[in-house]
Amino acid sequence: MVALEVNGERTELLLPVHKTLLEVLREDMQLTGTKHGCELGECGTCTVLVDGKPELSCLLLPIQIEGRAVTTVEGLASGSRLHPLQQAFAELGAAQCGYCTPGILLASKSLLDTNQRPTRDEIREALAGNLCRCTGYMKILEAIELAAERMSTHSPSPLAGKEGMGRISDR
Amino acid sequence: MTDNGRYAVIGKPLPKVDAASRVTGQAVYADDMLLPRTLHCRILRSPHPHARIVSIDTSAARRMPGVHAVITGADLPIKFGILPVTQDERALEHEKVRYVGDPIAAVAATDEEIAAAACDAIAVEYQVLEPVMSIDAALGRPKDERIQDYGGPNNIHKLVALEFGDVDGGFARADHVREDVFFFQGNTHLPMEQHSAVATYIDGKVTLWSSTQVVHYVHRALAKVLELPMNRIRVIGAAHGGGFGGKTDPFAHEIIVAKLAMITGRPVKCTLTREEVFYAHRGRHPVLMWVRTGVTSDGRITAMHFKSALDGGAYGSYGVASTFYTGALQTVTYDIPAYRFEGCRVFTNKPPCGPKRGHGTPQPRFAIELHLEKIARDLGIDPVEMKRANFVKPMTRTVNWMRVTSCGLEECTELVMKASGYRERERRSGRGMGFAISSYLSGAGTAIYWNDMPHSEVQIKVDRGGVTAYCGAMDIGQGSDSVLAAVVAEELGLQPKDIRLVTADTDTTPIDLGSYSSRVTFMAGNAALEAARKMRALLVEAVEASGRKYEEVSFEEASVLAEARFGTLTTAGSYTPPKIAGPYKGSGVGPSPAYSYSACVVDLDADPRTGLIHLNKVWIAHDVGRAINPLLVEGQVEGSVYMGLGEALMEEQTFRKGLHKWPSMLEYKSPTFLDMPDVETFIVETNDPEGPYGAKEAGQGPLLPVIPAVNAAVFDALGIWVDEVPVTPEKIVEALRRRDKGEPPRYGPQRFPEIPYPPTIKVDPPPRDLDRAAAASI
Repeated sequence: MVALEVNGERTELLLPVHKTLLEVLREDMQLTGTKHGCELGECGTCTVLVDGKPELSCLLLPIQIEGRAVTTVEGLASGSRLHPLQQAFAELGAAQCGYCTPGILLASKSLLDTNQRPTRDEIREALAGNLCRCTGYMKILEAIELAAERMSTHSPSPLAGKEGMGRISDR
Repeated sequence: MTDNGRYAVIGKPLPKVDAASRVTGQAVYADDMLLPRTLHCRILRSPHPHARIVSIDTSAARRMPGVHAVITGADLPIKFGILPVTQDERALEHEKVRYVGDPIAAVAATDEEIAAAACDAIAVEYQVLEPVMSIDAALGRPKDERIQDYGGPNNIHKLVALEFGDVDGGFARADHVREDVFFFQGNTHLPMEQHSAVATYIDGKVTLWSSTQVVHYVHRALAKVLELPMNRIRVIGAAHGGGFGGKTDPFAHEIIVAKLAMITGRPVKCTLTREEVFYAHRGRHPVLMWVRTGVTSDGRITAMHFKSALDGGAYGSYGVASTFYTGALQTVTYDIPAYRFEGCRVFTNKPPCGPKRGHGTPQPRFAIELHLEKIARDLGIDPVEMKRANFVKPMTRTVNWMRVTSCGLEECTELVMKASGYRERERRSGRGMGFAISSYLSGAGTAIYWNDMPHSEVQIKVDRGGVTAYCGAMDIGQGSDSVLAAVVAEELGLQPKDIRLVTADTDTTPIDLGSYSSRVTFMAGNAALEAARKMRALLVEAVEASGRKYEEVSFEEASVLAEARFGTLTTAGSYTPPKIAGPYKGSGVGPSPAYSYSACVVDLDADPRTGLIHLNKVWIAHDVGRAINPLLVEGQVEGSVYMGLGEALMEEQTFRKGLHKWPSMLEYKSPTFLDMPDVETFIVETNDPEGPYGAKEAGQGPLLPVIPAVNAAVFDALGIWVDEVPVTPEKIVEALRRRDKGEPPRYGPQRFPEIPYPPTIKVDPPPRDLDRAAAASI
């Protein structure tokens, strides 16, 4: 029996000891927003936050993180209100296929939580472990910079509140 | 750039219609699906590159608790393949394996671990054969036996020899003739999402959800191999985690889960491991190339002779088309008055190669861009100006019958020249800039299965104010759903978010051939335009019958009036490309209703001591005809630049003793955030006469010039030629070492092998100039 705190909710699960956090999140908790690209710690796709720090969920066993707070992409938005990073990624086309996006969003959140206005090189360094094959990284860098600017100046998104944006739609 | 002001939606940098689902983790990819009672499938694959299968014993696997079904090739004996001429694959092989990773048996079990353990319990007895691992080996006599039982001689798969115009005369007329040999190493797509498929069998009907780019071709392959009519199979494209051409073939695992679902009566899921994705492959062909060009003393091309040898891997895949593509588009950028092309594809005991972004054209583009650079230096003229003097002109036909309509080569070149300061660049050792251009198709002009039917179809339904567009097009992340929504919204006076979309579902949507060959914006866009204009006409007619104008009433009101007047409101549109293929065998590969054009400058530092390259910046201009959504066009261009840089500098798929050297994301090097330089993108709009709102493609063309621009920049920095891709530090250091020893300052292949090309088919060139009426009619 392992007790996990994920996105602020505490859950007790009966698990085989070798099952990774990635598998438990996706298969036992239906948190399929966390994706996998290699399951060997090579691509960064399965990044989640553990006590605010990015960790590769494919290399963690739940027992290693008992009692610590796990955040997945499902925990980023407040209800149906997108996190400023999600908002900026959507507006600037930083998610094409979207498969690496959850991991990159979480790694970015961790960066912005400790460095409110990172330089472009600091963002590159912080995200060096997250691969993306669609975007060429450019739109991701721009989106993180936009989110950082908005979060540090508290300026609302010009599109927030408009129908279809700033809200979670079903497809 | 010109008349965007007249559109409300077209030309606006709007977020993708599915952006929210992608940033919240709510998009459902195939592996995210977990239907009740799902069984998990694992596939047993060959450990040998080349072997006869003597026996397969599955009895121990079948006895394992939790195992529900075990199948082998005997259960799926019918062969399939993407091209009608190369139906050479089986979902499971029971006679012979041809590469490490070839599928042999599959297990459905209650969980993945049991399925994997059951695969381990299957006993296969092999008669190991000598593997064929190189182009040279494939051209020679096989030690044991040929890989495939068709093609030939030896392990040759396909040979082609075509000649357009008077090539010998062209060379005789030349003041200078030069020959070069180049090699482009193979590489793979490396999509972030591993291939995945889920199947059910309910009410005598198979439903398959898959991470495919081509629901229609998967549908066809399932019908053939499962021996079911197509109306008992439904293929649905799940949310897509990246393809780049790697999910454009029907795959074994898609057929296997469907068969296992039919046997067990339960949902079956198969997700490939990352290692298996490397074996699924269908990536960039390694290509050895020889090119000979004649020019006048002022650099005008008089004739070109181009030879290619493609290392195809173990199966046909798209390989026949890939072979033709290595020769087809040279003429679409440069005016070549006489052209001879000889192509050859061989079978080797490696995962099959196929289409990757740019399909068969990045390799020759790399070769001819560098080749022309060298010719210009031979003549002592500026390479950019020499290329420019040979650019094709809009509204012309090439010597090999390719029809060129809009062409923004000049504009693209001027933009990147100015922005990069190429002409005024600092000249010092270790710093360099390189320039190259390219072109790509906006969809293939002929379908894979030759027929007269449309390539894309769209239906629109309006009821009580709601609009739904239905289309088989598969959004693989490039934003094809957003393009459909933008077109329909523009015509009906709505916003893209107002349009509901049903796409990539063979039961509910009319056909679209799929996301390959950069065809979706052009073809599905035109189909959507026709359907939307018909719908608008119905709405306008109903509103005007009520004595008012369409612009005066709300959309809801207009739709109520029209539904009251006409009943159910549905319209349909379709797109069939013009018949523009030339009058010769093989002319189906290369023609497109429109070509995109790109120009690129790469700025880099190259360290002569270590051979390490640091990219400073890339400037790229892309003629997209019209940017339906500039945000998505920029995304495609930047993504193409990124992928081109990866191929130029680090990505390679190579083998040692029959084994893939690095089937993992750590060892297969691809560019990270730290490797990627800033990119400055220019969108050029030439308003193509046949594209929707003038639009052409954006997803593949911009990759092509990046690679030769890198090699040209390395020459600019260090004075050495690396006539190979990728340009790795060791190749740079070796070329410098050769220079220092007084040898030619070059790293690259020394020779092109003797290939038994067939007698050349001579084709008369078409009349050269087109007017618009003629362009539409041929």
